[in-house]
Amino acid sequence: MEKELKYIDLVEQPISMHPKKFALWLFMVTVVMIFAALTSAYIVRQAEGNWLEYDLPQVFWFTSGVVVLSSLFLHWAYISAKKDNLSQLRIGMSMAVLLGIVFLVGQWYSWVALVDRQVFFVGNPSGSFLYVFTGLHAVHLISGVIFLIIVLISSFRYKVHSQAMNTMEMATSYWHFLGGLWIYLFMFLLLNH
Amino acid sequence: MATASVATHDTAHDHHDHEHHDNFVTKYIFSTDHKMIGKQFLITGIFWALIGGLLSVLFRLQLGFPEMNLEWLRPLLGGWITETGQLDQTFYLALVTMHGTIMVFFVLTAGLSGTFSNFLIPLQIGARDMASGFMNMLSYWFFFVSSVIMFISLFIKTGPAGGGWVVYPPLSALEQAIPGSGLGMTLWLVAMTFFIASSLLGGINYITTVINLRTKGMSFSRLPLTIWAFFLTAVIGLLSFPVLFAAALLLVFDRSFGTSFYLSDIYIGGEALPNTGGSPVLYQHLFWFLGHPEVYIVLLPALGITSEVIATNSRKPIFGYKAMIISMLGITILSFIVWAHHMFVSGMNPFLGSIFMFLTLIIAIPSAVKVFNYLTTLWRGNLIFTPAMLFSIGLVSFFISGGLTGIFLGNSAIDIQLHDTYFVVAHFHLVMGSASFFGLVAGVYHWFPKMFGRMMDARLGYVHFWLTFVGVYMVFFPMHYIGIAGFPRRYYSWTGFEFSNMYTDLNMFVSVAAIITFAAQFIFLFNFFYSMYRGRKASSNPWRSTTLEWTTPIVPGHGNWPGEIPTVYRWPYDYSKPGAEEDFIPQTVPLSATPESNLPHEQEQVKTEMEIIKDESEALVANEAKES
Repeated sequence: MEKELKYIDLVEQPISMHPKKFALWLFMVTVVMIFAALTSAYIVRQAEGNWLEYDLPQVFWFTSGVVVLSSLFLHWAYISAKKDNLSQLRIGMSMAVLLGIVFLVGQWYSWVALVDRQVFFVGNPSGSFLYVFTGLHAVHLISGVIFLIIVLISSFRYKVHSQAMNTMEMATSYWHFLGGLWIYLFMFLLLNH
Repeated sequence: MATASVATHDTAHDHHDHEHHDNFVTKYIFSTDHKMIGKQFLITGIFWALIGGLLSVLFRLQLGFPEMNLEWLRPLLGGWITETGQLDQTFYLALVTMHGTIMVFFVLTAGLSGTFSNFLIPLQIGARDMASGFMNMLSYWFFFVSSVIMFISLFIKTGPAGGGWVVYPPLSALEQAIPGSGLGMTLWLVAMTFFIASSLLGGINYITTVINLRTKGMSFSRLPLTIWAFFLTAVIGLLSFPVLFAAALLLVFDRSFGTSFYLSDIYIGGEALPNTGGSPVLYQHLFWFLGHPEVYIVLLPALGITSEVIATNSRKPIFGYKAMIISMLGITILSFIVWAHHMFVSGMNPFLGSIFMFLTLIIAIPSAVKVFNYLTTLWRGNLIFTPAMLFSIGLVSFFISGGLTGIFLGNSAIDIQLHDTYFVVAHFHLVMGSASFFGLVAGVYHWFPKMFGRMMDARLGYVHFWLTFVGVYMVFFPMHYIGIAGFPRRYYSWTGFEFSNMYTDLNMFVSVAAIITFAAQFIFLFNFFYSMYRGRKASSNPWRSTTLEWTTPIVPGHGNWPGEIPTVYRWPYDYSKPGAEEDFIPQTVPLSATPESNLPHEQEQVKTEMEIIKDESEALVANEAKES
């Protein structure tokens, strides 16, 4: 028995989750922590008084709708990819990317609306916080759009299908996460206004 | 008897051979091999430790010998020596700031965690490499960019950042405040942004690797305590560094864009600044939400290394393996809910202060459990005093003596007297600075044979240890006394004050001790670089250790194990097991191969183990048949 002892490993390693997918989830944890810190800072600062009150831009309702719709399209694309329906996949992803860009433009108009209300980035922290929330979220969303575009291109090269879902799954989770993050920020702002 | 060195795999798989065609650049510079990246972190960390130590010697000269003519330092410091031959006052502030920043982040975070997490995680869990070699490489190069920027900031005309390593606003937010708040502070923030990115990339990789890439049989309850420590360190970093990023981001907006997150109602030269509505305490909350966990980011890897070194060199299983894990978990969780004990005197609600005091004092429990376990592991062990062992015991000593003063400081009433005095300096230099530094050095002595295939000289190691160990106590022990007397930290000149001018002798003593201790580190440096090329050739398992890294070739290539990755059958602390032939049984030895030393419950597991082995060898044969 002892002489026959060898390294008995299967060629496949016991991987419980795709490492890159897992790393993406950890990255999302760091993003959560950034926004948790910022929103906590908002609450702490608000409690100290000297806080400018103003109305939130109405366009946030529109952009929230857009971001949810975009997620729905992406999910439809994801299901289509699983079923190897590549034309639906491309339509769904293109729509998601398009709506993502519409969302970013909408967020820009929220800044325009804020300036119209005399709420500037430089001034009372109450306003500055809103610019930081939307700005930092937009930066992350741009990274998401880039990610989606990369996956979209590879879908045109027939690299996304039911047997190759890793990047698609990662892009989908990241996009849903960013949408959810915006909904959280919007809810947070609504409740603390 | 079957041992770990059964690398006799005749049907060798050559699927890793193609990676040996590295040229100089891919092997030594842009390497994706976790071992090379670990060494890169180590060398950069040593470089920073020298700079950081040198800075401390400079300000110790000022503190110990305030009247001394420092004209001879002009070739090095240039304009920072005033015309009367004194150290420039603002430069003194920059020195303490940079010493803190460099030591906390660049040496004890990147140099310690970066080195050993990278080097040991794949080797000890049985993985070919990190989950993402590319991200790992990126992590080092972000750290490198951060290092270059921080290093440049030492040489600019207005000097590096000077507001203390915590960079509290408004001092750090207003360029007019002190020279160091100008370009130096900007570079500090840019460097720290890169540093945070580097830490996060590294941390994500460590966590992913530990969770997903463990070899067969390596369950969480069979992980060496080093890996547990690195894993929890990475978790802490992942949760706390983003908060520092948020704090720094708002500080950047305040500094460069005119916002008022931290600034309110400030007058400079009679002129009111436009900023209103900000809160400097907000920054303190955000900073210490990282700052306190950072203490454990620095300390936990050192504690993990100590567990491993003490168990190996006591030839005994670590006492209370599960208790060690639970106490590390406890420390991890508690580290996030005690941050405000750094802010007892910031005008915080005293009731809140007592809550934070309560939570802070709870940390004494897991810490005491760890100390108890170290001592009971040492107790009646067959101690082998290698340099690594001595440094580990030194760590335990510092952890006790520095930890005790933490109980004083965690008390919100006593902290009113002790806050920002040399008592605090003594406390954290012992418990966090020196303890972690000793863990780092112990790790280098212990894993040097694995890193470079040669042994470090033990006699030089002993000299290094005793000079450093005694030196550290000589430096930091007297500081407790002057701290209790109210001697404040970061003061450039203290001889002019009635309450502090009687401490000249004590300060002189501390400075001399600091210089000797710093000089002793050059013994280590010589030993390190000399042994790298001329040291005695190492055997494959020089410390007769049980963990997986000693089953690799003496200098493992990229991929770590030729052929299959070994399977793990037992926990990593089977030292001096009753009945066993040798006083250690490597993790790769199946229970079925050691019937003489199995405990009753292990004997029962043998049967299932045999079945698994049978299944696996069938699968292996099938796989090989498929490949050929």
